[in-house]
Amino acid sequence: MLHRFAVLVAAATFVLILAGGMVTSTGSGLAVPDWPTTYGYSMFGFPFSKMVGGIFYEHGHRLIASTVGCLMIVLAFWLWRQDPRRWVRRLGGLALLAVVTQGMLGGLTVLFFLPDAISIGHAALAQIFFCLTVTLALVTSQGWTRGSDEAQGTSDKQSRLRRLAATTTALIYAQILVGAVVRHTGAGLAIPDFPLVFGGLLPPEWTAAIAIHFVHRVGALVVGAAILATIVHVRRTSASPELRRPAALLSVLVVVQIGLGGWTVLSERLAIVNTLHVGTGALLLATSLVLTLRAFKPLIGHPVVRRAVPEAATMLPSHSSRVRA
Amino acid sequence: MRSGIAWSFAVVAALSIGACGGGNSGTSSESANPEVVAPPAAKVDEGSAGNINGKVVLEGAAPKNEAIRMNADPVCVREAKGAQAQETFVVGDGGALQNVFVYVKEGLGDRQFDVPTNTVELDQEGCRYHPHVFGIRVGQPLEIVNNDPTLHNIHAMPKVNQEFNTGQPIEGMKSTHTFTAKEVMVPFKCDVHGWMNAYAGVMDHPYFAVTGNNGSFELKTLPAGSYVVEAWHEKLGTQTQNVTIGAKETKDITFTFKAS
Repeated sequence: MLHRFAVLVAAATFVLILAGGMVTSTGSGLAVPDWPTTYGYSMFGFPFSKMVGGIFYEHGHRLIASTVGCLMIVLAFWLWRQDPRRWVRRLGGLALLAVVTQGMLGGLTVLFFLPDAISIGHAALAQIFFCLTVTLALVTSQGWTRGSDEAQGTSDKQSRLRRLAATTTALIYAQILVGAVVRHTGAGLAIPDFPLVFGGLLPPEWTAAIAIHFVHRVGALVVGAAILATIVHVRRTSASPELRRPAALLSVLVVVQIGLGGWTVLSERLAIVNTLHVGTGALLLATSLVLTLRAFKPLIGHPVVRRAVPEAATMLPSHSSRVRA
Repeated sequence: MRSGIAWSFAVVAALSIGACGGGNSGTSSESANPEVVAPPAAKVDEGSAGNINGKVVLEGAAPKNEAIRMNADPVCVREAKGAQAQETFVVGDGGALQNVFVYVKEGLGDRQFDVPTNTVELDQEGCRYHPHVFGIRVGQPLEIVNNDPTLHNIHAMPKVNQEFNTGQPIEGMKSTHTFTAKEVMVPFKCDVHGWMNAYAGVMDHPYFAVTGNNGSFELKTLPAGSYVVEAWHEKLGTQTQNVTIGAKETKDITFTFKAS
């Protein structure tokens, strides 16, 4: 039950990221000039009939964000009450702190007319929070608590996989950060063609917008190579479905993501395409994170969990009876 | 455990305040900066002053204006009545180009001029701004009115002056702003209705005009002298001309933009 709720929070967070993407893609970030109120109404008192134009996206984003915030409060409380692993409980607290901070950043960026630094920070923290919710969903699953198919975790191959997967996840996150800079500085069409760059391989001239856009494209190649290396390594060295499945999903997502990136440019940033590009980026990050965490599972205090957690552990009544993992 | 509970309540309280907190109803007007210094003004001798009259024309076929779809707000569909398009290229007979802001860019030296006290009105009606292009003086009140039965936000995006974003959720609401520095041009947009846009030229002197439907403009009662006159169009950019006028002289000039 706890795991299902954690999955719900992660799924709601993904929807929230899509909603945030639509706010930016439709240029609706300032359609509601005040915060935390909406045209003077309290958050939940704003009439649905008035959710028109850009308000639909901006106020809709605020409503979904509030819902995710409430869900996260419940999840953090639930984890704190029932999960025996201290690090998981702390992770829940950290996720709660992240979503509160995220809400504040969202408000500040409205009140200060969308300054790049705050808007990019808002986008960056959104992905961190999404990663935290995905992690919580993963570590509360039965698959995680019953142990690894390849539990030794000491071979060179496994060590190499851990390094590869972690590096890939970090690179995807860095690429998302660069993408956020591209979006929030209006550099999305600084290079107007795709897959070429002004008809060639390099820009004929450099401006800040062209440079950051170009970095994002080069980053896509670097991330693509890292994902390919991870996939090949998993397929060669592991028969475990818990590693092979996310690897397979990564291979699909990275192709879709590069295609959406190109489509975003060619469609002149069509809002829905642009938003799907943001959403697929988040899914890539989450999938790579799951693969990474599973690769690290044998090193994350797992054996203790395996003894203590199975289902009954989620019903432990008091703090004193918890197993410190 | 107690501290954990307290922490949880603190977070819940913070979120609740964020979700349900107060705030004004958005009905009050505001002023961006009321402190406008008014140095002593030197009167222009209207008896010896000259004029610059002119016309702005577009050479070539005018690009088609982007169609506006107001489906995002049914009230706008109802209020705007009929097919709508942007006002980027409003071209009359002989290529007369409307909505060009023409002003004296250089040549007035350090002359100071009285700041008008009458308000300039920017009206939101039919989910469009009226006028689309206008001029206003530094320190002169700009009254923004919502004459639509729907919500608007007025988002001014100057580079030099203070940016502002004011909500007007109720029909009939008014807000007043003043600009503190000259700036060509200050764009306005409504983030609720993304098609709404307007431009203001903020001047520290009275020699400016916006071309009408015949493309003409008049810069009246200019002291004799040499001036740089600039014409600004939202898509076609700017053009300048050097103009020298003597006492009581009227010069005619033409700005020709090319449609490309």
